Amino acid sequence: MQPAKGTLAWMYEKMVTSRRFENAIEKIYMEGKSPVFNMADGPIPGEMHLSDGQEPVAVGVCAHLEAGDVVTATHRPHHQAIAKGVDLKKMAAEIFGKATGLSGGRGGHMHIFDAEVNFACSGIIAQGMGPAAGAALSRQIQGKPGVAVSFIGEGAANQGAFHEALNLAAVWKLPMVVVVEDNAWGISVSKEASTAIKRNSDRAAAYGIPGHYIPGNDPRKIYEVAGEAIARARRGEGPTLIEVETYRLAGHFMGDAEGYRPDGEKDGLFAKDPIPVMRARLLAGGSFTDAELDALETGAQAAVDEAIRFARGSADPKPEDALTAVFA
Amino acid sequence: MENERKLTIARAMAEATAQEMRDDPSVFVMGEDIAELGGVFGNTRGLLEEFGKERVRDTPISETGFIGAAVGAAQDGMKPVVELMFVDFFGVCFDAIYNLMAKNTYFSGGNVNVPMVLMTSTGGGYSDAGQHSQCLYGSFAHLPGMKVVSPSNAYDAKGLMTAAIRDPNPVIYMYHKGLQGMGWLGTEAGAITHVPEESYEVEIGKAAIAREGRDVTIVSIAQGVHHGLKAADALAQQGISAEVVDLRSLVPLDRETVRASVAKTGRLIVVDEDYHSYGVSGEIIATVTESNMADLKAPPRRIAYPDVPIPFARVMEQHCLPNADKIAAAARDLCGAPVPA
Repeated sequence: MQPAKGTLAWMYEKMVTSRRFENAIEKIYMEGKSPVFNMADGPIPGEMHLSDGQEPVAVGVCAHLEAGDVVTATHRPHHQAIAKGVDLKKMAAEIFGKATGLSGGRGGHMHIFDAEVNFACSGIIAQGMGPAAGAALSRQIQGKPGVAVSFIGEGAANQGAFHEALNLAAVWKLPMVVVVEDNAWGISVSKEASTAIKRNSDRAAAYGIPGHYIPGNDPRKIYEVAGEAIARARRGEGPTLIEVETYRLAGHFMGDAEGYRPDGEKDGLFAKDPIPVMRARLLAGGSFTDAELDALETGAQAAVDEAIRFARGSADPKPEDALTAVFA
Repeated sequence: MENERKLTIARAMAEATAQEMRDDPSVFVMGEDIAELGGVFGNTRGLLEEFGKERVRDTPISETGFIGAAVGAAQDGMKPVVELMFVDFFGVCFDAIYNLMAKNTYFSGGNVNVPMVLMTSTGGGYSDAGQHSQCLYGSFAHLPGMKVVSPSNAYDAKGLMTAAIRDPNPVIYMYHKGLQGMGWLGTEAGAITHVPEESYEVEIGKAAIAREGRDVTIVSIAQGVHHGLKAADALAQQGISAEVVDLRSLVPLDRETVRASVAKTGRLIVVDEDYHSYGVSGEIIATVTESNMADLKAPPRRIAYPDVPIPFARVMEQHCLPNADKIAAAARDLCGAPVPA
C-alpha cells in the first residue's frame, strides 16, 4: 500500500511543519539563556527535547489515524502531536507556559494533552504503553471503532511497562500498535550498550504478535508497514510491534553537548536528514514540482509563524490558577 | 434494626459495584483474581456470574500494565474499578498511579478526566509480615490528584463505593483486611452493619462521629475506629467520655469535623495503623494545632505504627499495632485520671 499523492503531500507538509516549529522553538529557547545557560530563564523555561530527524515515524503512522483514534506519545512529542492533529497554536502556547495553552500552562512541553484528537503524553519512559492498552480495551469493550498507537523510544523497550502492556494487549487481542522510534541513543547510552538484542521488534515473538523492523527512516516504508498493522488492529486481530530506524539530529535535550557521540556520527546523520531526502524523492518521482513543494513549505512556515505569534502574544496564567484543575 | 439486613464490608462493596454496573455500561472491573475467585478478600464476589468475562476481567500479575490500562480506559470514557490486592504491591506500579492517574487531569487543564476506582487491601495483625501488612494511607493521601477513602463499616463501604464509582476523579478505595468479614482473617463484629438494599452514596470528604463524647476526641480511620470505640467503652466505665471520629476519607479531609470535636473535648488522640512519622496522625494534629491551640487542654497524642517494617512473629507485631488498651491509657493520661496498675 503506497501513499497517494495527497497523502504524500500531507506527510511532507507535516514533517516540514514539525521541523520549522522546532527550529523556531530552538531559537526562542535560547533567548535569555546566554551567556550563561540557565534552563529556568527565557520565554521557554524547563527541559526541551527536540525531535529533528524523527518526523518520518510520526507522519508515516499518523497518516492512517483519525481524530477518534488514540495516541500516547513520548517526552519528545512535538512531531507526534503535529502529525496527530494537535492544535498547533494551543500547543505552542503550552510550551511557552501561557494561559491559552492546552492545559493553561500546567503541563508544558512533556505533557501535551489534546482531548479533541485523543492525544496524551507522559514524561516517563514507556508509561504511555499502559494507557494505550487501556484505550484499546475501552474500544474493544464498548464495540467502538478506533485503535490506540503508543509511540516510545528504543530505550523504553527495556522498561517493565513495555512488556506488561504488550502482554496484556496480546492476551486480550487489543486494537493497539506500538511504534518504537529507534534513534540509537537513550540520552547518552547507545542502544548497543543498553539492549541485549539488535531489534526490539524481535521481542514481538515473545508475545506471539507480529513484529517489523523498518530501516532507513523512510516515511513511505513506515506508511506501508504501519498501514498493515493499523488495519489488522481495526479488524480485531490484535496488536503489532513496529520498530523504526530513525535519527536524532539534535541532542537529547537542549544544552546537551553530546560528548558521547562518536566523532563524525552527526555529519553522517545530517546527510540523511529525512526532509531534504523526501523532497528529492518526491521531485525525482515526477509527481511533484518544485513549486508545489515550495508552496507546502510556505504554508507550513505560515502555520508555525502564526502559532508562535499566538503563543508569544498570549497572557501568562494567573499564578493562583496553579491551584485549580487538580480534580475534575 | 434487629430484622434489618446486615452485610460484611466485602459483600457491601460487591453489591455497590454490581448496582453501578447494572446502571452504567461503562463500569467494568479488572484486577488480580477478581473474577473466578471473586477477590481474595471477597469484594468482587458474584460479579463474574452476573456480568461475564468482558466486564469482569482477571488480569495478569502485571500491575504497571493493568493500572496504566485503567488510566487509558478511564480517559477514553470508561469507569474502571481496578483491584490491586495488597497496598504493599503498589511499589511496582507507582508511576501509573501518581504520575498518570493522579496528574493527567491537571496536565490537561481539566480537559481529560480519569474516573476510576483503585481498590486495595490494607492492614495487618495476622502475621503476614512486612510486605503484606502495611496501611500506607499517608503515601496516597500525600500525593495530589487522587481521592482516598477507607470505610470502617459495611454501610459506609457500600455508600463510599457508589460515590467512588460515580466520582469523575480517581479514587483509591482502601479496605482494611481485618474488617472484610472474611472468617479466616478474624471478624470485626462492629464492621458488619445494616446495609440498605437500594443504592445510596456516602459523601467522600465527610467524616462521621462514630460515638459522641465530652472529654477526649479519638480520631481514626478503618480498623482504628474500632479500636477507638472499644477504648471508649472501657473509658466510659471509668467516667471518661470519649468522642470517636471516623474520618472515612483522607482526601478530601474533613478538617472541620475534627476541629469541632476537639473544640468540644479539648483533648486529641489520633489512631493510625500506618507508620508514625510523616503520616495521617501528624496531619490531623497539625490540622488542630494550626487553628485550635487555645482549645487544647493537653498536648495531642498519637497511637501509630512505629517506624519499623512489620514483623512476622505474633508477639512483635501485636506489640507494634495500635489497640484499645493503648488508646485508653493515653486518654486516661490526658484526662488526668489515675492509670490502673
